[in-house]
Amino acid sequence: MKNLKYLLAGIAFGLLLVKSEVVSWFRIQEMFRFQSFHMYGVIGSAVLTGMLAVWLIRKMNIKDLEGRPVSFRKKEFSKGQVYGGLLFGLGWGMTGACPGPLFALVGTGATVIAVMLASAVAGTWVYGRVRDRLPH
Amino acid sequence: MLELLRQPWPWYLAGPLIGLTVPALLLLGNKKFGISSNLKHICASCFPAGVPFFRYDWKKEAWNLWFAGGILLGGALTALLLQTPEPVQVHHKLATELAGYGISDYSSLVPPELFTWEGLFTLRGALLIVLGGFLVGFGTRYAGGCTSGHSIFGLSTLQGPSLIATVCFMIGGIIMANFILPLILTL
Repeated sequence: MKNLKYLLAGIAFGLLLVKSEVVSWFRIQEMFRFQSFHMYGVIGSAVLTGMLAVWLIRKMNIKDLEGRPVSFRKKEFSKGQVYGGLLFGLGWGMTGACPGPLFALVGTGATVIAVMLASAVAGTWVYGRVRDRLPH
Repeated sequence: MLELLRQPWPWYLAGPLIGLTVPALLLLGNKKFGISSNLKHICASCFPAGVPFFRYDWKKEAWNLWFAGGILLGGALTALLLQTPEPVQVHHKLATELAGYGISDYSSLVPPELFTWEGLFTLRGALLIVLGGFLVGFGTRYAGGCTSGHSIFGLSTLQGPSLIATVCFMIGGIIMANFILPLILTL
């Protein structure tokens, strides 16, 4: 059951997404209309915490649970970050949910969100099918 | 204590805890936080259809599917045990705007006028659920990540491309929410 620890981490993350109301369509609408600081506070403080933690892991050369050094891979720039980013942004403004909240919302009992999730899987599949013809 | 936990959690508590997911996954097994990859793994495991993009050993990434399953369970446990009793509080300007589109039910995290099975059979509900979901899946894969992989993990590890992606996510969302969504909601 080497994957059980990831299930537990996921449960904690799902709880945080719901209790912080990051999964709420209303909160996302407020964010994109600059009507509330809440989402900026959540994302901003999450990034600062992550940065500090990653800095510490690198600085102190902390190993993972299995004793391997933690490795990082540099992301390469591609036009996909611009075109794909804009398309995802348009979708996020409609659904009020990025991929994490899609899973969390289905769990909270908003079962119709399973259709949204299936549609996101379809979108990913279509991207995979046509990616050779897209600018990158 | 339980009463306090049932309330919505403030950003300064929830945000840093969400950020701790990054070192948690790194230290549990050198794993990179990124949820949209799971949409790709679902394609690769269930409908690869000979597409080269989906021809890889998705079982090596199974940990991430367990993580996503955990998110779903976490959502269920929170709804069962720590559900906020009060309606969602929104900015008065947003409430006024939404009332103009007949959206006034704040008893749930998502507006039931749009995101229920009845809502799916309205034109605007179907557009938001089906087209919106499609754009989330297509866009995140095209961008190589979503809010978790780029905005949180990517920025935490100081990746320039992730900053570009995050800025584009915000531009897309601002355009949708302010200029296109109002047209969809009047349908």
